[in-house]
Amino acid sequence: MDWVFLSELAINGALTGLLYSLFAIGLVLVYKASSVPNLAQGGLTMVGAYVVLALARDLGMPLWLAIPLAAVVMFGLGFGIERVALRRLAGRPVVMILMLTLGLDIFLRGTTLAISGGTSRSMELGVSYEPLLLGDIFISRIHLVGAGVALALFVAFIVFFRTRTGIKLRAIADDYMASWSVGISVERGVGLSWALASVVAVAAGVIWGEIQGVDQALSLLLLKGLTVAVLGGLDSILGAIVAGIILGVIENVGAEFLDPLVGGGSRELIVAAVLILTVMIRPHGLFGRHDIERV
Amino acid sequence: MFYRLSGVYHSSLISDSRMFKVPADRNLAVFLLLIGLAAPFILPSLYLNSYILPWLIWTAAALGLNLVTGWAGQLHLGYAAVMAVGAYSAIHTVRLGVPWEIALIIGGLAASVIGSLFAFAALRVKGLYLALTTLAMQFVMDWVLTHSPTISGGSHSSLQAPTLALLGQQITSDAGYYYVALGWCVLVTIFMLNLKRTGLGRALVAVREKDFAAAILGVNSFYYKILAFAASSFIAGVSGALLVATFYFLAAPEQFSVNVSIQVLAMVIVGGLGSIIGSYFGVALILLVPGLVNGLVVTASEELGMQVNVETLAHIPNAVYGALIVIILMIEPLGLGKLYGNIRDYLMTWPFDQLRK
Repeated sequence: MDWVFLSELAINGALTGLLYSLFAIGLVLVYKASSVPNLAQGGLTMVGAYVVLALARDLGMPLWLAIPLAAVVMFGLGFGIERVALRRLAGRPVVMILMLTLGLDIFLRGTTLAISGGTSRSMELGVSYEPLLLGDIFISRIHLVGAGVALALFVAFIVFFRTRTGIKLRAIADDYMASWSVGISVERGVGLSWALASVVAVAAGVIWGEIQGVDQALSLLLLKGLTVAVLGGLDSILGAIVAGIILGVIENVGAEFLDPLVGGGSRELIVAAVLILTVMIRPHGLFGRHDIERV
Repeated sequence: MFYRLSGVYHSSLISDSRMFKVPADRNLAVFLLLIGLAAPFILPSLYLNSYILPWLIWTAAALGLNLVTGWAGQLHLGYAAVMAVGAYSAIHTVRLGVPWEIALIIGGLAASVIGSLFAFAALRVKGLYLALTTLAMQFVMDWVLTHSPTISGGSHSSLQAPTLALLGQQITSDAGYYYVALGWCVLVTIFMLNLKRTGLGRALVAVREKDFAAAILGVNSFYYKILAFAASSFIAGVSGALLVATFYFLAAPEQFSVNVSIQVLAMVIVGGLGSIIGSYFGVALILLVPGLVNGLVVTASEELGMQVNVETLAHIPNAVYGALIVIILMIEPLGLGKLYGNIRDYLMTWPFDQLRK
């Protein structure tokens, strides 16, 4: 095996993996605060990308203005989702909340496409498509930018969880009954986590939209995002970053070896296998804190 | 009203464990069954075969999922994959020259075997993690289907279903297809109605409520979980095979993709977990209402002289489908079956309900 080729696969895999982390952070944020699986993150990512496009293309704003504005809009949307839908189902069995977020996902996807049509549109961030040459290794620039955004968000959240609001969120994640009794507004905290997840969705939507075009396929990231989130531990942002890199490398290198054997398309299979193995062997993931209730 | 409780006294265990404790319920069921039998003579075949028939088969499938999710409390996001196993094995068996009756049973059994694999995940984890595992297994099954030419013929091909023939009769008429679907749906419904009267059903409920409490009662939760998955997979397999034989006429991997799994789970949850009548309502709502709303939008836009984008029209059913799930869960998390139950209980004593207070 050619070592240069292998390292190229690994590096590009790791960068792609960090983009999965970008998606998975949204899941982790919500799960951390409310122990609710946020399966609507795919829909949110799509809405985020479309809002940026609507502001930038249809209203003619420059991107540096459109992206922060879209983040503000999505912040409000996230708060609204918690207020209108999630809060009513607090304390219900997980199957209902799971279905609710799946329903939200379908609704967000359908509504976005009904409003703006299903044709794939490009984001046009202005990042060059010329690959970056590192010795003999080709690296995609946009993946590099995306990985940088993921790491920046990771650092931002580490800092955020040390601020007063962040500590409140951590308290809610720890024990919401106890937080309630000391006067922390649990509802607002959970709402904030949804709002932050929606803001992360804007970042993921912009980067992924640039890579594969803004269309329905953005919501197909859900399986990979879920796998990253579970592998890293559903309540650990650090886990999401590390697991993203691991999954990206396994997927990219593994696909290279498996594809000729099975006739292509083995990426999905690898991701699904990683998810199943993680749940079977170590359900709380690499850095997850909660002990999952085993049967 | 129709739901008279007066004069209904259960003085023995046998009478208290009847399938229909209130005569009105039984009368209603018989009445609906008669309407079902007469439907081909009442309804035009367009409605019969494009709305009622899929409704019946999906109801049978949803009841099967209800068995494992509503009764045994195990989340299952890979149900469509199990249906696919049934459909493909039944078709391949028929193509080998085996009669349909046996092929359907073989399809069901094959689905049972594969479906029991999902149960092994349920033996390890539960709740959210079980949902994620079954979701991943669905993706694996999808992949196997699209990548093995011997099963599906390859990723973009479909498999022609041989003509359905039962008891030596070739079934080709619209009414014939309908009666097959009705028969299967009634069979599954009777099975489910009897489930809660049997030890099996009570054991499943015990496992759902708390598995270690069930274990203390002497209920082997491992055994019953596998049994629940196997039984529900059998129903899924036969429903999948019938769906292809009487409705799609072609089997393609996309008919059993992950979206379909989510759709069946939506039908069950919107209908109400563990509610049989609810499954009927849930399937009707999820399957039929998005199309109806789309039709309404088309009519309204024509009336108003507005031009609605074709792409918008194409995606409205999806938006409505998602909105229905969210709205029903917000109004009544226990589903349409619970809403029906509330109305029924109210009418039970109406107009004398104030006397009880």
